[in-house]
Amino acid sequence: MTTRVVFAVVISIALMVVDQRQHHLEAVRSVLSVLLYPLDFIVNLPQSTSHWLSETFSTREQLQEQNRSLRKENLLLQVRQQKLASLETENQRLRDLLDSSFKIGDRVLVAELVAVDLDPFRQQVLINKGSSSGVYNGQPVLDANAVMGQVIHISRLTATVLLITDARHALPVQVNRNGLRSIALGTGHINELELPNLPNNSDIQVGDLLVTSGLGGRFPTGYPVAEVISVTREPGQPFATVKARPKAHLERAREALLVWTLSPMATLESNEPATAGKDDPEASGSREPRP
Amino acid sequence: MTLTPRRGGGIILISFLLALLLTVLPLPEWARIYRPQWYTLVLIYWATASPQRVGVGVGWLSGIIIDVLTGTLLGQHALALSLIAYITHKVHQRLRLFPIWQQSLTVLVLLLLERVLQLWVMGAVGQPVPGISFWIAPLVGTLLWPWIYIILRDLRRKFRVS
Repeated sequence: MTTRVVFAVVISIALMVVDQRQHHLEAVRSVLSVLLYPLDFIVNLPQSTSHWLSETFSTREQLQEQNRSLRKENLLLQVRQQKLASLETENQRLRDLLDSSFKIGDRVLVAELVAVDLDPFRQQVLINKGSSSGVYNGQPVLDANAVMGQVIHISRLTATVLLITDARHALPVQVNRNGLRSIALGTGHINELELPNLPNNSDIQVGDLLVTSGLGGRFPTGYPVAEVISVTREPGQPFATVKARPKAHLERAREALLVWTLSPMATLESNEPATAGKDDPEASGSREPRP
Repeated sequence: MTLTPRRGGGIILISFLLALLLTVLPLPEWARIYRPQWYTLVLIYWATASPQRVGVGVGWLSGIIIDVLTGTLLGQHALALSLIAYITHKVHQRLRLFPIWQQSLTVLVLLLLERVLQLWVMGAVGQPVPGISFWIAPLVGTLLWPWIYIILRDLRRKFRVS
């Protein structure tokens, strides 16, 4: 018994070290999660059944009402889209004039969140699309409003998404108003991000929109991330304390969008560790606006 | 030991599966901190009642399964649960004779130990240390222990798990 427990402890510690530093155990994890998929399925059953029931037994009036509102929304979005198309071509033309590259476009896939509670001390969610749908490690995940996080574990039918508010997550961002670059660190609280290393005199205000800067090479450029909710400037401190609230509805999202950036860069970098943004030297603390 | 026929392995398996289901069952946000460590409680019971079948190996395996299921570091729960299985195995004869309140106290110590080991791993990998709510689950587990003990004991007697 004693030798066995020593053996178990040593193996556990070795596993943890390997799992933390390298990515060799992804295969083991994904095989095990396929085996454990029935458990996830059973736990998710009440929610999927109630979903199905409410869809099947909704009244005609409800459906008509929903249809009407969706039509209206669609119309509004189409109007906005018209303007966007012309703006996009104009943007492309200007970029062509400047000889700079432009992103070709993104492909998205809608995934549903599986109603399974993961470790309460980490900000993670499970989605119902996995490697069989082409999901890859490090893939950006959005909801309808903003960036949610990135994929960290994949199995055949499911994938685990690390949310941007997890304490292990860091996301290169820039202020939409003036291009000031920073890194949004997760705090472990579901509705708070932190922007470290911003000098006291940096131009950032409450209400500023933060968008992805694309510097880590993992997230596509220009997606909204968060809104600055407080800027505290202590004269004695070298850096301002800047807090932001994620734009994505992280705690009540039901659906997520998986994004494929259609450029060769994204697939090349998909094998890097999840916290690559954290030691990205280029982005941290730089304060001059982009030329 | 190998000569006696082994019965009721199914019951042990089912109780572990139920504990796993309860572990990942979605709860409202405010209730999540009160979720007891179901798997630890079930492990302690079976390691006391049937120590020749449930020991360090089962503890380690269930820990790995929980790690995969809840997305923690591979080995985080496995480490804690194999140690708890070991300690329970060491004291199982005393634990069987204890009155139920004394058992509950022992279980509290074991549940707290599980939490401490988790905390140690979290600290080692640089996760932020959770607040006071982290320590509520062992207390809930201690309060639930008498019921879990009685339910599992009746099941064990009914199905004559050896």
